Amino acid sequence: MDFISKVFELFSTEKYMDMIFKGLGTTLSITVVATIIGLVLGVIVAFVSIAPKSKVMSVFKAICKVYVTIIRGTPMALQLFIMAYVVFAIRGFPKFLTASIAFGINSGAYVAENIRAGILSVDIGQTEAGRALGLPYKATMLKIVIPQAIKNVIPAIGNELIALIKETSIVSMIGMYDLTNASKIIGSGNNMASYIVPMTVVALFYLAIVYLLTFVIKIIEKKLRASDRR
Amino acid sequence: MENRETILSVRGLKKSFDKLEVLRGIDLDVKEGEKIAIIGPSGCGKSTFLRCLNCMEDPTGGSIIFDGVDIADTKVDINIHRENIGMVFQQFNLFNNKTIIENIMLAPVYVQLKKLKKSKAYNRRIKISNLFRKAEDKKQPAIITETKKSIIKNAREQAERLLKQIGLEDKANVYPSTLSGGQKQRIAIIRALAMNPKVMLFDEPTSALDPEMVGEVLNLIKAVADEGMTMLIVTHEMGFAREVATRVLFMEEGKIAEEGTPTELFDNPKNPRTVQFLKAVL
Repeated sequence: MDFISKVFELFSTEKYMDMIFKGLGTTLSITVVATIIGLVLGVIVAFVSIAPKSKVMSVFKAICKVYVTIIRGTPMALQLFIMAYVVFAIRGFPKFLTASIAFGINSGAYVAENIRAGILSVDIGQTEAGRALGLPYKATMLKIVIPQAIKNVIPAIGNELIALIKETSIVSMIGMYDLTNASKIIGSGNNMASYIVPMTVVALFYLAIVYLLTFVIKIIEKKLRASDRR
Repeated sequence: MENRETILSVRGLKKSFDKLEVLRGIDLDVKEGEKIAIIGPSGCGKSTFLRCLNCMEDPTGGSIIFDGVDIADTKVDINIHRENIGMVFQQFNLFNNKTIIENIMLAPVYVQLKKLKKSKAYNRRIKISNLFRKAEDKKQPAIITETKKSIIKNAREQAERLLKQIGLEDKANVYPSTLSGGQKQRIAIIRALAMNPKVMLFDEPTSALDPEMVGEVLNLIKAVADEGMTMLIVTHEMGFAREVATRVLFMEEGKIAEEGTPTELFDNPKNPRTVQFLKAVL
């Protein structure tokens, strides 16, 4: 019963709740900014890597390939360290931005691969039919291929987003105060004298966010698929 | 047929995929109104040849003169010429995210809106540059009779008319996934026709169909042929080729091994490979 009374204590103490919500705010804001950076970067990289070959394009294609290879081939924590202690090792540079950029760049590589796979999964015949009718490459992509690709891409992007939210928990390694770190601090200092209680509560917070997100993605997916069965 | 104009002229057409040489120099003149059937064993390059004609595959050598331009040249804007070369695929390739009528209207509307935009931009330029010209030098702006609305309206009317011709007007607002193979292929044919092409290319149009649907598609192709459309058809339907074609090409290992009228080629083949092939398929 000690556990339950401590859960009550945690929820009823304003100081603890403030700490948790402050952590939650950090976690969510890093996720949101990183998602935006990741999506923008991912879309650009995906389109460069599927664009038709040309002399100028092959340079960009090579850059994108290197980017995706490096990001996917090295640990997220290391990328975060490099951002925090090498690239943005400037006194007074906000850690929030450092983390957002690091996660955004990381996420971009995965999003790019998802989008690329989604576009390639659309039958090549669709492109050929568009081009054969005299539509330029761009119009064929915009009007025919991309609307079909989005349906294939949404679940994968959703997964990436869910992974990203949980992955932000490593920002405590560069001394940021996020949801995970809040649970540790509440547990270690103060009068709580228990790790299991704040950590369980924080776990529930993560679960709730992820569950909510899954739900939203399901709804979007359903809406997009509506035209399939008409 | 002899004094008709040549609209497509192929010279020394070559295509290789990496080291694999698929087309080894093809020469062909297509006159207006001709219906050319291309037959041959699988892997002989007949589909590749057809796909080279509208540069779905870029040729690696030779020239294709269409509308007085060598479209095999990669510097040419191929999209303008593709508007005049209709293509029908083995796998239909209707746009899955568009309804049937949208499938038919998409390309005509797009192309005409682009032209409208171009002439509007031209007029704006003329207007500004006329300010600096003497009264007698002033240039006339282009006459624009169409609006975005009228283009869409006309395209819709045309699409509805075409759908009515093939008896599928009730399918205008459904998605392709609900249609049978034969219906899909007939839609694909009128979708190509909606661009008013000068030449139609058919790449094995009935090979992916159930046997009972082959007839309806062949009948439509026949009807299009009877209207005088110039067409090239890659086909395995020898009976159809004999009936509709004005000329039959037999391809073998990336070259035209024999050509002639259907009677010449089917009843009196000269090349031993043609004899062997016809024996196997007939």
